[in-house]
This record gives sequence, structure tokens and C-alpha cells, in this order.
Amino acid sequence: MATTERRGKQRSDTDVAGVVDRNGSRVDDATLLDLYRKMTEVRLFEEAAQRGFRQGKIGGYLHVYSGQEAVATGFLAAHREGDKAITAYRDHAHALLLGSEPGAVMAELYGRGTGLVKGKGGSMHLFDAANGMMGGYGIVGGHIPLGVGMAYGMRYRGEPGVVQLYLGDGAIHNGAFHEAANLAGLWGRDGLNPTLFIIENNQYGMGTSVERATAMTDLAAKFDSYGIAHEKVDGMDLGAVLACAHRVVDQVRETGRPYAVEALTYRIVPHGAGDFFEKYRTKEEVREWRERDPIGLLERRLIESGAADEERLGAIRAESKRAVEAAVRFADESPDPAIEELYTDVYADEVGSGR
Amino acid sequence: MVQAPERPAVARPAGDAEADEAPQRSFIEAIHDTLHEEMRADERIVVLGEDVGRRGGVFRVTEGLLAEFGEGRVIDTPLAESGIIGSAIGMALNGLRPVAEIQFLDFIHSAMDQLMNEAARLRYRSNNDVCCPLVVRVPFGGGVHGALYHSQSIEAVFVHTPGLKVVAPATPADARGLLRAAIRDDDPVLFLEHKRMYRLIKGSVPPGPHEVPLGRARVAREGSDATIVTYGFMVHEAEKAAAAAAERGASVEVIDLRSLKPLDEAAVIASAKKTGKALVVAEANRPCSVASEVAALIAEEAFAYLDAPVMRVAGPDVPAMPFSPPLEKAFLVDAEKIGAALGRLLAY
Repeated sequence: MATTERRGKQRSDTDVAGVVDRNGSRVDDATLLDLYRKMTEVRLFEEAAQRGFRQGKIGGYLHVYSGQEAVATGFLAAHREGDKAITAYRDHAHALLLGSEPGAVMAELYGRGTGLVKGKGGSMHLFDAANGMMGGYGIVGGHIPLGVGMAYGMRYRGEPGVVQLYLGDGAIHNGAFHEAANLAGLWGRDGLNPTLFIIENNQYGMGTSVERATAMTDLAAKFDSYGIAHEKVDGMDLGAVLACAHRVVDQVRETGRPYAVEALTYRIVPHGAGDFFEKYRTKEEVREWRERDPIGLLERRLIESGAADEERLGAIRAESKRAVEAAVRFADESPDPAIEELYTDVYADEVGSGR
Repeated sequence: MVQAPERPAVARPAGDAEADEAPQRSFIEAIHDTLHEEMRADERIVVLGEDVGRRGGVFRVTEGLLAEFGEGRVIDTPLAESGIIGSAIGMALNGLRPVAEIQFLDFIHSAMDQLMNEAARLRYRSNNDVCCPLVVRVPFGGGVHGALYHSQSIEAVFVHTPGLKVVAPATPADARGLLRAAIRDDDPVLFLEHKRMYRLIKGSVPPGPHEVPLGRARVAREGSDATIVTYGFMVHEAEKAAAAAAERGASVEVIDLRSLKPLDEAAVIASAKKTGKALVVAEANRPCSVASEVAALIAEEAFAYLDAPVMRVAGPDVPAMPFSPPLEKAFLVDAEKIGAALGRLLAY
């Protein structure tokens, strides 16, 4: 099928030992193992969130990142202080990888007063400005112009930052994307738009495959229309993502011109709680992608390259597990928000604050 | 696309003696001059929109800004309202004070997601860590033969969006004072400019750091027998109706809201209690309008003081302002219609 063919073209043979950083040096084992720790923490966090949902501790809607970890982990490894990231609703990983406290993220999912935004946002709407996490957004495509505007603001003020702007394959068909990409290309000609578009192409916009959503399935190539250079990367392979990320983030930072990367990835779980994914994808397809689970792939490569053995990886996973358990405990033990919070943070001067 | 009317369709309202001594500026000049001054004073201000640069704006509000401030600060955008508002929000998130222009309020619908879902909520959803100091300047209102897509008054939608602020000045002085306040405000402000007023309405404009706080109404005319509450261009029509009533011996107060959100509830309630009769006037179609909100407020807060039901004069509930001049005239609220309602209210 077409998805397999597209992915196949991108299959990277780069092993971990071949990963280079911005200076062209090999990424050291300690860094890779730390990224392994982060990826496993994200996965375990998401699994704990799914459990919390099933237990009724998390209500509403829950969209987890399982299967896609290599994308945000790799790109955000190239994130520097002063950079910003903005994403859609599948946003837990981005917050965690940018440095949000796992306890505060889980508490937000639980709707507790100790959550990142005091329980006002929930799963799809995290925000952590201090860490450069400029929000997860629940309207598909709606955040894209914001990211482009932030990038303009950075260069206008002479800041060296980069905006990592994450969007799904589903968002690329939304009008806001096309308006914003056009502006990014336009402003980038003058070096005024350091936006790195990262398309997390997990093959499905909810239940509608890329093939069923567009007659032109090469999503990266859509950026040609806006004068934005682009490439694709194997989004299941952390090594490939890292190598790409370091190179392109530096390039965007130096030129002030936008760039786009289509990361080919897969959500190995349903779209959200309550999704029936057998209705739109086959067991065989899911199994095939799971064989290339980014965490398993990285484990094999760490072992093959001699960076770690099973025991070491087990110890790292145990560390991640403890961190997630602590986050769940924190959320469980946290109080609900004060009802007064309903009326706070409306206006600067709290005029007409909703009462 | 329609052009602003070059010739006044009605006489300018008489100013008071003191005001006539100050420099007289048109509504559009007041906005232009204030924007110009603010940009000189604050480098964080950028102006963006369709044709705001080389052409100087569809109504030429931004004329001359490009020459002085350059393309980095005066940005001609493609025709993409969602992109304009959305990227302006992003600029505001990164420390700028964007003043976006949407050519007509009728065009803003495609940016509604950006305004209602994002701009209005950033402070609330971010633990107060970020804010959105954005001004969106938009010409609105009809009476220029603009028909379906160049005549609308959908301000109620924004008033109904918590997190936004909405102002609609009626005089050059207030345009200056409110624009300054809007630009300096840390929340997103929709700045509504009734397009009939641009060159039609002239008045004194205080020089210097004149600022009108958001959320304060103005008593445009004092009176004791009835109150008209209105805003924007309708203030001038209401003043004409009040002047006509005065000739028949009635003393009618006119409250110019200036800010629709926050609404100066105290000023409205105080006037309604004082006169005991209230007429709310708006050009927008009536159901769920700003006029509805004001009428409800008076009914809730001044009921015991009222000698008559609160009345409304507003636009008809039809899908668009028609093009044909007689139909357009029938749609529009004017001094005559206000006067007729006022007569019924005074006689009640």
C-alpha cells in the first residue's frame, strides 16, 4: 500500500553511531541514552494517562503520542533556550520534552489545581511559556499562523530563536495552514521567519488516511507552493531525526528562513480514547509499524553499537517508570482547583472578569 | 470593494464652544495621526493588513506609515484574514504590539477561529503567563451602498467572546483616546470604525497624551426625560433625534457607550434610573445584539425606576443589508426612526 511505499523510501539505514550533531561530531552515547530515557518516559507517561482515563481519573478527550516519540524527542533535542515550540492537541510529549514537570502535566490531565495551567486546559491544551512550550491547540490548523507570527516577532526583535511548529498530516489541508505557510515563505525571503514546520505524518487525520484526504499525498512537497524548502525523515528512527534536526534547526536559525520536514511516523494506539481503529486500518498494518516502534528500534541500535546492554536499558526504563509513577502520585494527591480560578486570568486588569 | 464616501451625507454635528477652539480633525485623521504618533513612540508596534503599506489602506487610514517606518513595521499582507490575525497573535506572543487591519468587518469571519479560539483565550489558558496585546482595527457598518459584504455590524459576536475587548468610538477625540488606550492595553482589542464617519464626522481632538480608558461611557448629551443608549455612528443620529425632541420640549440624554466590552454598566444604569425611560439604539440586527444586552441590563438593574418598558431600535433581522438604495435606507436606523420610537417612549 501507498503508506508502506512512502515509508519504505524513507527507511534509514543510519545506525546510532552515525548520528552527528551540529558540529558534525558523533552524538555521544550518554546523550543517546538520555534521549532513550526521555522517550521511555514519554511512552510510560502516555500509558499511565491511558490507565488514568480508563480508571475515570481523566475525563474528556485523551490523545497520546505512543509510536511518534522519535519525532519530538529528536527535534526538541535541538531546541535551545529562547526557542519556542507550538503544537496541536497531541501535546503531552512536547511539554515533557521541553522540561515541564511530569507531575504538573499529569495533574493537568487530571484537571487538578497543581496542573500546568491550573486544570483549565486539560490534555489537549497544555501551556508552559517558561519552557518555550507555547501551547497545544485543539483546533486543527488554528495554531499554525501563531507560530509563524512568533517567528516574525523573534527576528523583528533581533532574537536568535527558532520556532518549532508541529502539525499533523490532517492539519495540512486546513486553510489556516496555507495562509500561514504563504506568509512564512514571504517573510522568510527577508530572513524574518525562522519557522521549522514539522509535519508529524502519522498517516491518519483521526480515521481518514492521507490518501483519502488529498490527491497530492506528498505532504512535504506542498511547501513548494510557498517557496519553502523541505525534506522527509524517517520519524520512527531517532538517529535519522536527530541528524536531520540538528542540521535543519541550525540552518533555520542562521538564515531566518522557514523550512519544512515531513516526519513519517505512526500512532501505534487509537486516535483517542473511544476510537475504533480497526475500522480504518488493518491489524497487519499496525503490526508492521509496531515492528518499527521507535523505542524498540533505538534499543536494538544501542545494543548493536555497544552503547548499552539489556541491563543498562532496563535500569533506564526503571528510572522512567519511577518518574511516571511519581507524576501519577502527584496528580492523585493534588487538590482540585479553587472555584475562584474560574474567574482569574481573563483580562490584565480583571475588568469584566466573567462574574 | 467600495470606497469610503468622499462627500458628507449629513451635516456634521455641532460641537460645543470649547471644542470648536481645539484643532478640528476628521474621524479618519484622528485615527491616522494617533497611530502614527504611537508608532513613533513604541517600536513594538507593527501594522499589518491588506494594502496597508504602499496603498495606505483601503480607506487610507495608514497612509504615509510605510514611508516613515519601513516594510518591517508596515506589512502589506496577502488576502488572508486568518493569516493576518493569526500571525499578529503570534507577534503579540513574542513581545510585539501588532495593529492589524481587516479591510471590512464583513471579511473577518474567516479569522474568527483565530480571534475567538486563540486570541481571546491565551491569558486564560496559559496560567496568565502570556497575554495578547493585539489591536484589530476594522471598518464596519453600512450606509455606503456596500451591500452584502461591505456593510455588516457583527460586533455582538465579539462582545459575546470573553477575553476580547471591543470599542466603537463615535468622535475623533474618542477615536484618538481609545486607539491609544487599545494599543497600550495588554489584551486583544477589536477597534471598530464606522466607515460612514471617516470623512463625515469632524471634531476637536485634544493633542498630547489624550487617552480614553476602555470601559467608560460618555454622556454625549444631558437630559432628564429619557435616555438613549447607543454607540458608533448611531450616536450622531441619536443626538439629532434628541435635538428634535428638545424642540418639542423633551429633555433626552444620550449615552455613547464607546466601549462595548467592557461595558460601562454603571453609567447606563445611572442614566436609566435618572430619566426612568430608556431607548437602546444600534445599527446591527436586533436579536442577541449589544442593544439586547443593554436592554437586559437596564431591566435587571433599574426596573424599579422605570416608567416605561425598555425599548430598542435596531436593524431588521434579515440576512444582509441590501444594495438597492431604498432597501438600504429601510434597513438602516436613522434619526427619524429613533425619533419615532422616542416619541412613543416619551408618551408612554
